[in-house]
Amino acid sequence: MSEKRIVLKNCEVIDPRDIATYLDRDGFKAWEKARDDMTPEQVIGELKDSGLRGRGGAGFPCGLKWEMAREAPGDEKYVICNADEGEVGTFKDRYILENDPFTLIEGIAIAAYAIGAKQSYIYLRAEYHYLLDVLTNAIAQARERGFLKHVDINVREGAGAYICGEESALMDSIEGKRGEVRYRPPFPPTKGLWQSPTTINNVESLMNIAQIILNGAGWFNQIGTERSKGTKVFSVSGDVEKPGVYELALGSPLRELVMDLALAERVKMVQIGGATGRIVPYETIDTPLSFETILGAGAITVFNESRDVIDIVYRTTEFLAEESCGKCSPCREGTEAMVEIMERFSRGEGEEKDIRLLEELSEAMMLSSLCGLGQAAPNPVIDTLRYFRDDYDSRIKQKQGGTVL
Amino acid sequence: MNRNQETASFQGKNHENLLVLLKEAQSKFGYVSEESISEITQSLGIPVSEVYGVATFYSFLATKPLGRNVIRICKSLPCYLKNSRMIIESIEDKLGIKPGETTSDGKFSLELTNCIGACDKAPAMLINNDVHVNLTPSKISQILDSYE
Repeated sequence: MSEKRIVLKNCEVIDPRDIATYLDRDGFKAWEKARDDMTPEQVIGELKDSGLRGRGGAGFPCGLKWEMAREAPGDEKYVICNADEGEVGTFKDRYILENDPFTLIEGIAIAAYAIGAKQSYIYLRAEYHYLLDVLTNAIAQARERGFLKHVDINVREGAGAYICGEESALMDSIEGKRGEVRYRPPFPPTKGLWQSPTTINNVESLMNIAQIILNGAGWFNQIGTERSKGTKVFSVSGDVEKPGVYELALGSPLRELVMDLALAERVKMVQIGGATGRIVPYETIDTPLSFETILGAGAITVFNESRDVIDIVYRTTEFLAEESCGKCSPCREGTEAMVEIMERFSRGEGEEKDIRLLEELSEAMMLSSLCGLGQAAPNPVIDTLRYFRDDYDSRIKQKQGGTVL
Repeated sequence: MNRNQETASFQGKNHENLLVLLKEAQSKFGYVSEESISEITQSLGIPVSEVYGVATFYSFLATKPLGRNVIRICKSLPCYLKNSRMIIESIEDKLGIKPGETTSDGKFSLELTNCIGACDKAPAMLINNDVHVNLTPSKISQILDSYE
């Protein structure tokens, strides 16, 4: 088994500052095919048939999203590319943007044609300001070559807020507001940016578009599993010999990524999908990576046997509490309460009743939080209580035995 | 951007410039001052509370003066696993300040930040807009000395 580079096929091959090197590798052929030989509906049909699902973590079918935006009434429509990659341990979009901005731009050009948008935004996180130049340069070259006559692409920079990777908070941020999540419905395809129909896609989702149009849905949906078509780009970091970006067919086992490619040893656990993702023990290392099982946005953080589970969870909850936007109380207060309890455990002062508190709190947050942050914030706690209960229990005994450090 | 078809009274779109203007003030003066906030309030015709609310929401906007160079060391897990603590300590020692503080000569402010997406080259930090990766304590002096 090895890597399968579809999304990354041009990375470290073309010159990201020279569109000619992209055109040499079928660059903008898909856009020309869509524009000259296909109706917007046919483009959307091809995408639906491909089975492509959103790569930002939620896995919503891209074709359906585009279709809803196309069919929603409204004169002004928008395409947004979510390049606010803030999930802890994720850096694949950075790698893509710095190596192949052109495929992304081609994907946006096709998306705009399909849904009928004349305006598009790339929302780039502030931490990636150093990528602004390569991106705007690529947009300018594509415009000069006449590929963007139908759509204006603007780069909007964030200002440092994890929550702005959440689509509704991101749109509020483009509108110049605090990046707080919105109540839904309505959803972006009907009422998105400035209450207009909007399709908002992750960088990696848009990177798939050109090849789906060029090679056809039948080619794309041969790759992957029944409900997870295509490949996934993973960001692997932590206790591994070779951290980096790897692209694998969906359904590939976690072991292949972590052990065979990134060369991890003595693995204790793996966090999949960042701070709000799932934590799995080494025993489940053969789990296939797919939407049916476990995936997120593809952040893979590996922890070896020397790591302290309680410490890792405590730090994760601290991050979530800091980054909660504060709009809904289950998340704003819940993440803070979680930090307090985890801090008690990390100091060796946790008690048996704290476990019950964590479980009750988790359930309330999952059921009542407004967005994915609060709903998924309990994941690291729930997963470690399930797989690493001994680590919690030993801290409780530590308190009972009075051997607190 | 094409704004011809829009009426000036469409407050929703006027709002769009708020974050842009705040970011401009931040990069021009190193922070968003009270003067900047009242100027923006007047030019956009939106309440001061709204402007202040946005200015204080984002971690890259500051309402108090910062040093000429802002160091943001990543404290998230992937960097933590690669001993970011040692980097934080060596910068604290070198500059004589703690996170949240600015050197007395106004040259550096030190902050800790969440994941900056350089986990494959951890530990990492940003100084202003530059990313510095694969840090070791021995590299710190040379990096800091390269800033004016």
